[in-house]
Amino acid sequence: MSDILPADVLASSGIDPHDVLTDDVARLVVHENKVLGSHLVPGLSVDVEETASGIDAAITVKAGTVVARPVHMCFGVLPEEGLQEILLRINVQDGAKVSILAHCTFPNALKVVHRMNADIHVGKNAEYAYFERHVHGDRGGVTVLPKAAVRVDEGGRFRTEFELIKGRVGRMDIDYETTCLKEAVMEMIARISGSGGDVINISESGRLAGENSRGVLKSYIAVRGHAQAHVKNTLVAEAAYARGHVDCKEIVQDDAVATAVPIVEVRNPKAFVTHEAAIGSVDSRQLETLMSRGLNEEDATELIISGLLS
Amino acid sequence: MSDAQGKGILQVKDVSLELGGKLILDRLNIDFWSGHIHAVVGQNGAGKSTLANTIMGLSGYRHHSGDIIFEGETIKGLSVDQRARRGITLAWQEPARFEGLKVSALLFAAMRGKDRDRAAGALEQVGLEPAAYLDRAADKTLSGGERKRIELASILAMRPKVVLLDEPDSGIDVDALEHIFSAMRSLKGQGTTVIVITHSPTVLKQSEHAFLICCGKLIYKGGTAEISRYFENTCGPCDHKGAPTLKELT
Ligand SMILES: Nc1ncnc2c1ncn2[C@@H]1O[C@H](COP(=O)(O)OP(=O)(O)O)[C@@H](O)[C@H]1O
Ligand SMILES: [Mg+2]
Repeated sequence: MSDILPADVLASSGIDPHDVLTDDVARLVVHENKVLGSHLVPGLSVDVEETASGIDAAITVKAGTVVARPVHMCFGVLPEEGLQEILLRINVQDGAKVSILAHCTFPNALKVVHRMNADIHVGKNAEYAYFERHVHGDRGGVTVLPKAAVRVDEGGRFRTEFELIKGRVGRMDIDYETTCLKEAVMEMIARISGSGGDVINISESGRLAGENSRGVLKSYIAVRGHAQAHVKNTLVAEAAYARGHVDCKEIVQDDAVATAVPIVEVRNPKAFVTHEAAIGSVDSRQLETLMSRGLNEEDATELIISGLLS
Repeated sequence: MSDAQGKGILQVKDVSLELGGKLILDRLNIDFWSGHIHAVVGQNGAGKSTLANTIMGLSGYRHHSGDIIFEGETIKGLSVDQRARRGITLAWQEPARFEGLKVSALLFAAMRGKDRDRAAGALEQVGLEPAAYLDRAADKTLSGGERKRIELASILAMRPKVVLLDEPDSGIDVDALEHIFSAMRSLKGQGTTVIVITHSPTVLKQSEHAFLICCGKLIYKGGTAEISRYFENTCGPCDHKGAPTLKELT
């Protein structure tokens, strides 16, 4: 696959390569198990090893470093078949700040497996924001298996957002686990649209282990056709003044199926966790409001779903 | 109605509707005239919202008897969006909340295009600062009054032929009321026929003609001054049992 250029992979994920291939934007572009390009900025180190089926990368942001512009990462498999296993070890040291914008692109997939295993450490008062957008083709031949274990130290902030609203999901199993120490804050968000025979499984769990820690788990999902979505979000508060919220909204159309199992557990009388789940068809009041402005039912439904997934 | 210039645009003809086994609209006959501000007034529970929902064709209100004629043609078999594309729209008493959608998206949807200037103009007409609202989420972070005004802005942007405004003052504080009234005049100014549903004497006074309904029946129709007098003096103390029969005030 030596004829594939970084720009090809970027472009297939909807990014304008000109926005990313500049000096002040750090980046890592990976096709299958080949690093096609990388670029660093001061304070950021990336140690990558190509493995038989993917890469093993250690990414470190040195203590106190603030990386001004989001780091771009792009993982792709452009052919119809392939296996890509990404191992990420991310260490955002004390007081450092970084955000990563990751694109995963499988535009032609018939039989592609993408596995991501991330081990993330957010240091004291450090901030790490990760946004992952998937761009899939319309044939549904992708299996996406993202797994992350995250520890957020005292006063640290962690935010992760997963978005898959373009193309067919295929099969996806998200498995994220985050532990927050004292005064740490975490937010895990997934926005996914499934159709055809897509199968979406989300399992996110948060442990609010330190005093005054805060956590929010949000899953916003729309399924139609025969797609299935199963969301199991767990939030455990173990320390005084820990606060958490689990929110799940799923819009179901056609013969699709959605389930939501929020588990909230409180192990300290001074902690407080809430949850909210709403599953069903599009809200009829919203629908009729848009239709009374002249949108047909299909367009109105699409607009409402785009709001849910935005 | 004695207005010789106005021409009929919307007729409610012998419309009756039962909800939950109860007759809520009782052989209603009302003619609305093009380009005017009409009020449909009555006490709580009179059937005003039911009438608005029936004219809009909302689900649950489609099984009425009688007919609804718009611009000379029946619209009885038409869906909500078909009626809207003919030029009829409704502002709800309690507007919907839209998770994740911006105010601008709602305005663009109503005007079937993405003209930001026109959207901004519509917000200004209801007294909302466009810069502060266009990119705001139209969700629960907006107050009820803000949602009412944004809905009215979207209707101004839509430029319908007929608008049904269901209790446009509810949830609106006194300071903002004048914006609602001026928006009603703007609608009339752009040629929209306004049908304002209200139980408020203040809102009633913004209209030119009024229809008084009680227990789903039309009791009086005529000029606003006469209806206002009757509504305040007679409906106020009345227990509205055994509604009187139609009288016409001219
Ligand atoms: N879906 C329904 N089923 C049964 N009764 C209803 C329904 N909707 C409204 N009603 C009744 O119809 C009457 C008129 O309601 P409504 O049109 O909302 O009154 P208004 O808007 O004039 O206050 C009320 O008595 C109300 O309880
Ligand atoms: Mg009402």
